[in-house]
Amino acid sequence: MTTMEKAHAPILKVGNAAISYETRYGDVEAVRDVSFEVHRAETFGVVGESGCGKSTVAFGIVDFLGANGKIVGGSIKFQGRELVGRSEDELRKLRGDQISMVYQDPMQALNPSVSIGDQLAEVLTVHRDMPKQEAWRKSIDMLNRVYMPDSANVMSRYPHQISGGQQQRVVIAMALLNNPALLIMDEPTTALDVTVEAVVLDLIEDLKRDFDTAIVYITHDLGVVARVCNHVGVMYAGEMVEVGSVESIYKRPLHPYTQGLMRCVPKLGATKESSILYPIRGRVPAPKDRPTGACVFAPRCDYATDCCYSEKPSLREIEEGHRARCFYSEEIDAGAWRPPKGLVPELALGAEEEGQEPIIRVQDLQTYYTQESKALLSLVGAGEKRYVKAVDEVSLEVPPGKTLGVVGESGCGKSTLAKTIIGLETPRGGEADFLGFDITKPVSERDVKLIRELQMVFQNPDSTMNPSYTVGHQIGRPLRRFNAVPPSEVRDEVVRLLNAVRLDESYYKRLPRQLSGGEKQRVGIARAFASRPDLVLCDEPVSALDVSVQAAVLNLLMEIQQEYGTTMMFIAHDLSVVRFFSDYVAVMYLGHIVEIGPAEAIYAPPYQPYTEALLSAVPIPDPTAEQKHIRLSGTVPSALHPPSGCVFHTRCPRRDMLPDGGKICEEKAPPWQYNTDEHRIYCHIPLDELRQMDPVVTTD
Amino acid sequence: MAVSEKAMPKAAAQPSRLKKLWEGMSIIFESKIAVIGLVIILFWIFVAIFAPLLTPYTATEQDYTAQNQGPSAKHPLGTDSLGRDLWARLIYGARVVLVMLPVTDKFWLPLGTAIWGVLLGLLAGSTLGLMGGYLGGWVDEVVMRLLDAMMAFPVVLLYMIIIAAVGASATNVVLAIAIVGTPGIARLVRSLTLDIRTRDYVRAAEVRGESPWYIMFVEILPNARGPIIVDAMLRVGYAIFAMGTLGFLGLGLPPPSPDWGSMVAKGRQYILSGSPWAALWPSVAIGSLVVGLNLFADGLSEESTRYQ
Repeated sequence: MTTMEKAHAPILKVGNAAISYETRYGDVEAVRDVSFEVHRAETFGVVGESGCGKSTVAFGIVDFLGANGKIVGGSIKFQGRELVGRSEDELRKLRGDQISMVYQDPMQALNPSVSIGDQLAEVLTVHRDMPKQEAWRKSIDMLNRVYMPDSANVMSRYPHQISGGQQQRVVIAMALLNNPALLIMDEPTTALDVTVEAVVLDLIEDLKRDFDTAIVYITHDLGVVARVCNHVGVMYAGEMVEVGSVESIYKRPLHPYTQGLMRCVPKLGATKESSILYPIRGRVPAPKDRPTGACVFAPRCDYATDCCYSEKPSLREIEEGHRARCFYSEEIDAGAWRPPKGLVPELALGAEEEGQEPIIRVQDLQTYYTQESKALLSLVGAGEKRYVKAVDEVSLEVPPGKTLGVVGESGCGKSTLAKTIIGLETPRGGEADFLGFDITKPVSERDVKLIRELQMVFQNPDSTMNPSYTVGHQIGRPLRRFNAVPPSEVRDEVVRLLNAVRLDESYYKRLPRQLSGGEKQRVGIARAFASRPDLVLCDEPVSALDVSVQAAVLNLLMEIQQEYGTTMMFIAHDLSVVRFFSDYVAVMYLGHIVEIGPAEAIYAPPYQPYTEALLSAVPIPDPTAEQKHIRLSGTVPSALHPPSGCVFHTRCPRRDMLPDGGKICEEKAPPWQYNTDEHRIYCHIPLDELRQMDPVVTTD
Repeated sequence: MAVSEKAMPKAAAQPSRLKKLWEGMSIIFESKIAVIGLVIILFWIFVAIFAPLLTPYTATEQDYTAQNQGPSAKHPLGTDSLGRDLWARLIYGARVVLVMLPVTDKFWLPLGTAIWGVLLGLLAGSTLGLMGGYLGGWVDEVVMRLLDAMMAFPVVLLYMIIIAAVGASATNVVLAIAIVGTPGIARLVRSLTLDIRTRDYVRAAEVRGESPWYIMFVEILPNARGPIIVDAMLRVGYAIFAMGTLGFLGLGLPPPSPDWGSMVAKGRQYILSGSPWAALWPSVAIGSLVVGLNLFADGLSEESTRYQ
């Protein structure tokens, strides 16, 4: 092999790999017929929904398949050498320290009882027999290269003393210390907040350039792929259905599954109409139910013909460097696709009724958590009490039948706000009024009439249902408790509710463990709407779901809302989802609402600087979209000691627009500036200057 | 993996109750040690129920011509110092432990002394544990500190204090087992409650304005049943052991009832004089039953965590 050829040889070449797991039901093929290659200084993205075998591919490369997993076919070549079929010892020698992995949760990848410096230096002292001092010095260098602020000091700290984004940077630094030829990243930013994610993604971009490393990047997020990857492989039900460069896949997706995925990802579009989501019918089949000798996607495909059920398409080249596993890739055109009837609800657009009295009105609401000081005095109740100001001076109104989206990073108080309104936390001050009832009282002191009008949809599909009772029993419980219907009609009403969330009667007797995540969430929605409440609070109802399921659940929520005329508060961290779902949006930071107004107004200038930073951090599933590059420095301050003046001043990228570098921001709380009657911004910068800014996202 | 995502085929969506029960039971047969444990337990339950059919003697029938004998055709396990048949005493003794609780001379309840003791302990312990874990605050402090104080006593001492205070009878042994078992059960239930109370379905119940008692017993307790059942199995073993100890110390069932503990106590005088049988068999009985229950509980917990 000449040097020239060697430079062009792929670092990793996977050919027709098949991996199966031994289970109680016999061997189950989790991944089959997967082929791709990754070159030097290139990022290959593997995308797909959960259960499609993405992680199995990653673990297959390093042979970490556990006791019951094994590679049953194909080849995996690393730097030209075959990895499949070798013994454990040989593999270790071949791979050496040439392959590194970065996992999803940095807190679990770092040892909490060893200082960061020791953990980093250990990589070099153990693998490279480097003297300790040199290893220490190199580790600091590496931390600098991953842009760790104050790197020398960070070395002596422990993992829990630095923020999540910094932890992930340490993990990446650790992976890079050996200068690996291949880096495998398994959802490295999924556990991080959007502003932190943006910084880590920037870092990953730089890594390929600086380190000449080949990266296999596994994620479910099409926006992230568009930002960091050069090539993409789309996986569905254990197979690679489409492979190509990022530009070609996003511009012209060739496989119906890829096209479907693109349609159900919320986009940061300009209007509500352009943000409609089209879910994919059905769901990903379990590994043991996958068809053999047929196209795995056929049951969910709009273009499927008899041929798709009787013959298995191969991954063939359709354009140069762009392959798809479909018989009809040349003919189908994503642009000409029209949604089948009944896939999405009719949006009642333009039916604006002006001047409606708000159904809920919150004024200067404060919810503090007390934290007793550790002093001995506090034992007798005389100690100094400190407050975590989870929600501070929040005011908002929602007109009936509308949706207010509440967005913000984790720890900004959005969940506490929901808990306060629903009555699980008691506010310390302020007023809250709902339908003429005072709702500052805890739920135990509220009237049953009020309780039935205020219900909630929860985040985690796995814990939203009590595993001990059937679906029918759990939806029926609020009906019985609130006497919503006579006892003899409970069953019929439950079936009606099940139908309303698109589940048939056979679900009545099922237990939660027999349902998929999306189905559980539907049952949770049916339960919340059972008592016909006037206000439903949704606390991140779709954040744990796959994109195609998420689209279906969102559409369903919207449809039910229109049918029942329910008002909603929709709490989410995903700005694209909120954009699609809400009429009004409130942006929260550290317990305060910093901007509130109609959705269109929030996503266009004038922006509150925090809103602007959030918007510019959102990964957009379109490699051609132009997005402003604003990154927040530092971490969210503790709500125990919120910054003086404007709570955002410690991280605000726009302070320089004010005289004296924004001295006033530290000293004085900003005023509410009214852009329109409904749209107000919490900032010192004059509205005129904010108005002159460019929009964050521009697509063509 | 995606196995849980699997769609249930229509036909299998509503299996009959019997089939469901069988599927639940089949988990036991996955584990060898659980099966061994179950066989031992079932053996003792079987001989206890059918005791009158399995021996021609009664537990108190004395044969002065045959004292302290070894196993023979007439007396399969031998006899004790009063010439009573050991096999008969052993299996009638198993009745008190496993299948019946004599309340008075005439009146008895089904399920044995050990089982009743554990059940009462479960009732009290679960209630206290749920209250401590769910209500929290000062209720938790008061309840848990009181139980801690109880746990500070050595178990045997606590048994002796209780029996000495209320007198030796089967019902009082039940009471003693329940009281001594309560703190441990309460601790277990409390820790399970602390975990389960954070689930969204508990919040959903709170949002519906359900009463704390409804949430504790209807929403939380059923989901803690797995570990509680396994713990209860082990506790039946401890209870049998405790009954043996009490009997040995003379605080068990009053003589001449066939109590395994008092059989050992009486029989041990004759071990050195060449008749170990009267002490040996009840010891084997207690040992095997405790080991059986432990194996069963271990196997059960292993299998149930594996397929969660």
